[in-house]
Amino acid sequence: MRERFLTFLSLVPALGLIALLFGASLLYGITQSLGYLPFIQQETLSLEAYRNLLVGPSAANTEFWGSLGFSLWVSGAATLLSALLALVIVTFIGERLRAGTGSLMLLNLNLAFPHLVWAIGLSLLLAQSGLLARIATLLGLIDAPAEFPVLVRDRFGIGIILHYVTKGTPFLILMLLSVIRSQTEAYSMVAENLGATLWQRLRYVTFPLVLPGLTAGSLLIFAFVFGAYEVPALLGVRFPRMLSVLALEFFRNPDLGSRAEGMAISVIMALVVLVVAATARHLTSRSS
Amino acid sequence: MQHISRITFHASRITLYVLLLAPIAVFLLHAFSVRWFYPQVVPTEWTVEPFLRQLGTPRTRMALVSSLQIGLLTSGLALLVGYPAARTLGLREFPGKGLAFLLVFLPTVMPPVAIGIGLNILFLRLGLTGTVLGVTLVHLVPVLPYVVFTLASVFARYDPNFEHQARVLGASPAQIFFGVTLPLILPGMLVATLFAFLVSWSQYLLTLLIGGGQVITLPILLFSTVSGGNPTTISVLSLLFVAPPILFILLTARYLTSEAGGYEVTVRG
Repeated sequence: MRERFLTFLSLVPALGLIALLFGASLLYGITQSLGYLPFIQQETLSLEAYRNLLVGPSAANTEFWGSLGFSLWVSGAATLLSALLALVIVTFIGERLRAGTGSLMLLNLNLAFPHLVWAIGLSLLLAQSGLLARIATLLGLIDAPAEFPVLVRDRFGIGIILHYVTKGTPFLILMLLSVIRSQTEAYSMVAENLGATLWQRLRYVTFPLVLPGLTAGSLLIFAFVFGAYEVPALLGVRFPRMLSVLALEFFRNPDLGSRAEGMAISVIMALVVLVVAATARHLTSRSS
Repeated sequence: MQHISRITFHASRITLYVLLLAPIAVFLLHAFSVRWFYPQVVPTEWTVEPFLRQLGTPRTRMALVSSLQIGLLTSGLALLVGYPAARTLGLREFPGKGLAFLLVFLPTVMPPVAIGIGLNILFLRLGLTGTVLGVTLVHLVPVLPYVVFTLASVFARYDPNFEHQARVLGASPAQIFFGVTLPLILPGMLVATLFAFLVSWSQYLLTLLIGGGQVITLPILLFSTVSGGNPTTISVLSLLFVAPPILFILLTARYLTSEAGGYEVTVRG
């Protein structure tokens, strides 16, 4: 009994604080999105903000669906590309990467880089008068800055996708290396001793072991990109905007009515992210 | 065959290195040069003047101090609050353990926009917006889970029998903690602390929403400099901003490379 009480007591500070802050943010977000705005004497609940966003007709409606599509496109493309790149790199040079501490340190360095700075670095690198454009000029590939392709602040979100691919791939590589380190070496060796070809080893040993982790990691990246703010704000254009950028603008709009719409967007984003994260967790718990 | 695979390996490795180091290189080139215009690939005039001038600016210094202050406060608090929970989660089995892990996990995936604008109203009422305390509290939302997860994984490999022996030999709780527990978990503790500091150091949106333009940390200053600032100023501030993460990796290199992939989630920036 005393044991139980102590267990409970030890969890209270951390879990209580998280529950309090996290719960309060959810509660306030949801009630405000339902139009509960006591500071303008509006205390009735309604689904008006959601209706405005989802069915319209309103300006918010047009923007919302465009932004949702754009958010899904950017997160989806960044996630798939990162997963593919990480799988290829780990399959072909994973063994050697693992042996070289220099590579591991660089991959960790990339992880520790704040997103804000990485995005700024990319924009200095990829701008039309940036370092890459200058190298292209030197090599005679282009004659003027305007000829260099628009890779940041472009309307297809290429800059944002590039950012998350360069940040997501190292994360997935490290994750896959740790999965492989803990499992496949022996299996792979056994398979080789039994006469399996390289392809057979990949197909029947490496991929099945690595795929659950890769899927879970990819889903986490998806959730993260989908909810991110500063990178799309820095590397994106005014139209189309990602949902997080739209939500913040609505929220900061002096017109208090659009505040509820901003909150509603953030609630919808939270729901999408929760579903994705739950799937990721389900996959991880099943595989381990 | 062996030969070709070695060439492929080195080619891929060099590409990887270039990709991973290019942003740092571009900051260094911009920060320590003047009049570096298109189409020059390498600057012709080098100088440390803009770097020193930026360091001397009161605005930059205050941002550095705020960032440091909030980072230290947040990591200290997170360690204090997170330690007991992490110990229990790592060492014990109890009903509801999965639920406890889920609760700690949730804030790490929740979009910062949702957390920030939700808490904005509450903190406004409590008078916490625009204060260092308010920003520290909101930073705990992403920081505390990292600390709990990192320390819980340390305790999962920890043998509490050493503590029993010390207790049997008559050691006091303080003696047990400082003489037995702490030395055993020190590497993990250090990583957790640095990690906590780094996550707080990287926060932009939560600081913006709770700090309300009154708490100016380095990322807030950097972000506002990006629109309209010149590349030199932006690069100098960027270098100041990434210095701690780079130091962090160099300091913990041995631990991290032996524990590659120990990160559960990417650092939110």
